[in-house]
Amino acid sequence: MRIAVLALQGAFIEHEHALNDVGAECFEIRELSDLKKDFDGLVLPGGESTVQGKLLNDLGLMKPLYERIKAGMPVLATCAGLILLASELENDSARYFGTLPVTVRRNAYGRQLGSFSTVDNYDGIGRIPMTFIRAPVIVGVSPEVKVCAKVDDRIVGVEYQNQIALAFHPELDQDRSIHKRFVSLV
Amino acid sequence: MAAKSEDRSKLNRELAQMLKGGVIMDVTTPEQARIAEDAGACAVMALERIPADIRAAGGVSRMSDPAMIKGIQKAVSIPVMAKCRIGHFVEAQILEAIEIDYIDESEVLSPADDVYHIDKTKFKVPFVCGARDIGEALRRIAEGASMIRTKGEPGTGDIVQAVRHMRKMNQGISHICSLRQDELYEEAKRLEVPYELVRSVWENHRLPVVNFAAGGVATPADAALMMQLGAEGVFVGSGIFKSGDPAKRARAIVQATTNYTDADLIAKLSENLGEAMVGINEDEIQVLMARRGV
Repeated sequence: MRIAVLALQGAFIEHEHALNDVGAECFEIRELSDLKKDFDGLVLPGGESTVQGKLLNDLGLMKPLYERIKAGMPVLATCAGLILLASELENDSARYFGTLPVTVRRNAYGRQLGSFSTVDNYDGIGRIPMTFIRAPVIVGVSPEVKVCAKVDDRIVGVEYQNQIALAFHPELDQDRSIHKRFVSLV
Repeated sequence: MAAKSEDRSKLNRELAQMLKGGVIMDVTTPEQARIAEDAGACAVMALERIPADIRAAGGVSRMSDPAMIKGIQKAVSIPVMAKCRIGHFVEAQILEAIEIDYIDESEVLSPADDVYHIDKTKFKVPFVCGARDIGEALRRIAEGASMIRTKGEPGTGDIVQAVRHMRKMNQGISHICSLRQDELYEEAKRLEVPYELVRSVWENHRLPVVNFAAGGVATPADAALMMQLGAEGVFVGSGIFKSGDPAKRARAIVQATTNYTDADLIAKLSENLGEAMVGINEDEIQVLMARRGV
């Protein structure tokens, strides 16, 4: 099993460490030629969604990755990655992969002063640390999307077919249960 | 009910982690901020005058007008940073009051205190500080900085000092890692830094916070050079909006920072970028900003 980590910008190395911890081999995708390698799952890390979205288009990665996600490749998306997957952004006209039928509000907790960490329940796993950095939230979901985590009644984690999408950053904490769950889908 | 914790120092270091692999661009107007965001900047630094103009104008340079910074905060969705003078904790309080995402306690502005830096542990918002070597970096981290950047020599378009500072940083880290554990106390004494920070570098083989390159980056090749030397991201100050085609140059620098080892790509990105900023050589300048606040 081999996982590709989108490494255009942001906290991708943290995901690589987490994947290694759960015994998954991984490599970085920075440009089109990296897609020649075989991989069975994809991680979309945190960072700035505007930067990652722009580089996905400029480097010709958007369409080939979209097709793999559509074809059912397991994806773990955190923070900016959630924004890239969302079919709709409430406060932004941009749209990236759009494979996850949810509506996302960017920077829902405001600026850096609104960043926080907490411990809360993730459906099927239990209580896990959740770190929110200038985080988005999910403000609307299609009926077929499973809501897996809520913090203060706001949706912060969902699963839909092959996609796990989180507003928080499991890669920043030492708990590896989210990465284990993702790898079990692959 | 969620048990929310507020370990600001951890959260602030983590925001810097999210900026990694990105380019932070100096902007002076909301319009420039939008150009920077559209070009792929991962954050913008709001300031009244870019370093090249500060250098040209001379005199005392201070924190920017909060109204100007707010205008830039409204214009973009990416993090907005702003500079305060070294040691000027009231300018920092003002920047925190307008909810800036990162404060740069910067040698580019005139220092307000020639002895003390700001006690950054007293603030909720994060700080980035410049450093020329491992000692300066660890002193700033001890004072509460959540992110480090090389000082370079701002406003010159000359990369030589950023290169020097990055190499010195790497050498300082390698030196610490080469020591026996019982030699770390003496190294902490020599560097005038807390033992715990030397110990952290020794254990993890890196600074305890993210380290960006800054000062003199003017071309995609400059950005890639700094990334190959170990920078985790790049600040571009005067290099973009002092050049012929800012949007195109900004886009090229963003791509070169991501794919910093792909020479074929960087060659293509470097074609027809228009005029680079003219630049000033290190030995032609009057004020060495990097010597401020060590």
